[in-house]
Amino acid sequence: MNVRTRSALKLGLRYAIAIAITLFFLFPIYWLFMISFKTADEIYAYPPVWWPSTLQFGSYAVLFRDGDADTVWNSLVVSGVSTVLAMFFGTICAYSLARFRTGGDHLANWIISQRMVPPIAIVFPVFLLYVWLKLVDTYAGMILLYTAFNLPYVIWMMRGYVLDIPVALEESALVDGCSRWAVIWKVVFPMCRAGLFATAIFTFVFAWNDFIFALVLTRTEVTTYTVQVTHYFGGQSNFWSKISAMSVLGTLPIFVIVGFMQRYLVRGISLGAVKG
Amino acid sequence: MSDLKISGLHKYYGALHVVKGIDLDIPAGEFTVLVGQSGCGKSTLLRTIAGLEVADKGAIEIGGQRVNDLAPRDRDIAMVFQNYALYPYMTVFDNIAFGLRARKTPKSEIGPKVAAAAKMLGIDHLLERFPRQLSGGQLQRVAIGRAVVRNARLYLFDEPLSNLDAQLRDEMRGEIKRLHQELGKTMIYVTHDQIEAMTMADRIVLLREGVIEQQGAPLDLYERPATRYVAGFLGSPSMNFIPAGVVANGAAISVRLGDGTSLPVPAERAVGLGTWQGKPLMLGVRPEHIGPAGRDQRPGLAPVQAVVDLVQPTGSRSYATFQLGGVAAVAELQAHDVSRPGERLELSIDMNRTVLIDAATEKVISS
Ligand SMILES: Nc1ncnc2c1ncn2[C@@H]1O[C@H](COP(=O)(O)OP(=O)(O)O)[C@@H](O)[C@H]1O
Ligand SMILES: [Mg+2]
Repeated sequence: MNVRTRSALKLGLRYAIAIAITLFFLFPIYWLFMISFKTADEIYAYPPVWWPSTLQFGSYAVLFRDGDADTVWNSLVVSGVSTVLAMFFGTICAYSLARFRTGGDHLANWIISQRMVPPIAIVFPVFLLYVWLKLVDTYAGMILLYTAFNLPYVIWMMRGYVLDIPVALEESALVDGCSRWAVIWKVVFPMCRAGLFATAIFTFVFAWNDFIFALVLTRTEVTTYTVQVTHYFGGQSNFWSKISAMSVLGTLPIFVIVGFMQRYLVRGISLGAVKG
Repeated sequence: MSDLKISGLHKYYGALHVVKGIDLDIPAGEFTVLVGQSGCGKSTLLRTIAGLEVADKGAIEIGGQRVNDLAPRDRDIAMVFQNYALYPYMTVFDNIAFGLRARKTPKSEIGPKVAAAAKMLGIDHLLERFPRQLSGGQLQRVAIGRAVVRNARLYLFDEPLSNLDAQLRDEMRGEIKRLHQELGKTMIYVTHDQIEAMTMADRIVLLREGVIEQQGAPLDLYERPATRYVAGFLGSPSMNFIPAGVVANGAAISVRLGDGTSLPVPAERAVGLGTWQGKPLMLGVRPEHIGPAGRDQRPGLAPVQAVVDLVQPTGSRSYATFQLGGVAAVAELQAHDVSRPGERLELSIDMNRTVLIDAATEKVISS
């Protein structure tokens, strides 16, 4: 066997393994999607139906008709707005921590420690507070909560990215005619764009995936999709078609975002990984 | 008129006193080089002038206006940094135009200005490239372009050539000097390299541990150093320092070295030296002022015997190391005046060009 065929074989094997692993991890998602398109009989059929005879959109139609799908919109609003807010304020805080050494050596560590608090530990105090502030089941309340909860993460990540920017780049801009704000806008943001996007995606996903806060702090107005899904787990029977259709609706935005941002995501994560 | 006037300037980093009372007056259009060992506070001084560090005490005036409390952008300065400080996500054009845009220069003026600056620096063919596509020398040209495209009053350079290799450094040295002649702007240039200082400066300001040791034209400092530190800092190989004393014999004064060698001092340079009899001194001799005996017949040449320990040829010249007055001394000779270690040479020291230093204060008493 010559060297060329051997390396071709090696490559082939590598691909085969990669594909196998991908299929393995994709299968549950495939199954989730398929259930949402099946008839009730197909869902419970044994042996399982791998591909429904016709794609049924009935479950989706029901979700939209009953207004259940609006919960995805609620999730989008609270996650999206809180991400924008957390990124904006978090980056400014991070800049201050990194460049002006605000709070000395330890403030940054204290801030990230806040992110480690388990949500369940604070959700009931927050609930009582929100009752008093009349924020339960409001957009403002949920946005405020997710913003606050994500800020430490944003600050920590962005601080790392800012520290990676050579100070001379900023000083050069200051001398050349920029104010501090202009420096942040024209130098800091572009310099850590990859990190910014990666952090924003994680921030969004944290909020998007949250269950416990939404469960306790919402009622009917701003129910998020994660809470909505649980409504379909009944005492006697589970509404599998609704569960899966709702889950698909909840997964799609993430697919879209990650698809668009993949480039930044990979670069941003590896950047952060090296520098910390 | 002076473009930059600094008085009584102090700068601390926490408890670390870095700039310790600097007074400096730089006339318009002059090329001043701040030179000194690494860590002596050159960058700190420059950054304080730029407003990137806050002065703890003292005043800084640019163009007659006190600027202590002005932001960097309001000081009418342009600065070139050691590591280029170019924006990786911008083309060369945008990098050079950055300062113009930040100052809201009309769009119609930006194009021509950038083109002119790029042409002056020979980088007009690179304007569409990104910094990562350029070599070190090209990067430095772009960085300089960023500064000269702006019509600032004061140009500051912080070791702009120290990242370049030797040949490129020589080339860029000439380039910056030429720029200064073309633009006629006031420039302050920081370096730790005494050759850069000597070759580029209209005036050298030699810093030592946060204070000005001496300032003046390059040859003034070279020929009439005020202290042993200055004498040793400028020149390569550096000046030989040999423990010595003076001996008066009537009106005639001679320098006596530790090994008994006696070197007569020319009469016109001996004035006042008699009072130093009996005090420990140091004789400072530059390597190029030690040559083969007998070649010249000028007055003031003092013969010495030398046994060569080490020969370092450079091509045009050879450096010979030998023992003189108990210490190793270096002579700069013609390439073929010395061939091998162990060789005996008849050398002569040009006593017209030596300096005498008070060993106690390290101040030059006669130069
Ligand atoms: N930001 C800073 N914080 C604390 N010490 C500093 C800072 N910058 C410089 N120093 C110290 O100040 C002294 C002078 O530094 P610098 O001005 O950079 O010297 P040079 O440019 O002459 O090499 C050095 O001892 C250096 O360690
Ligand atoms: Mg320096």
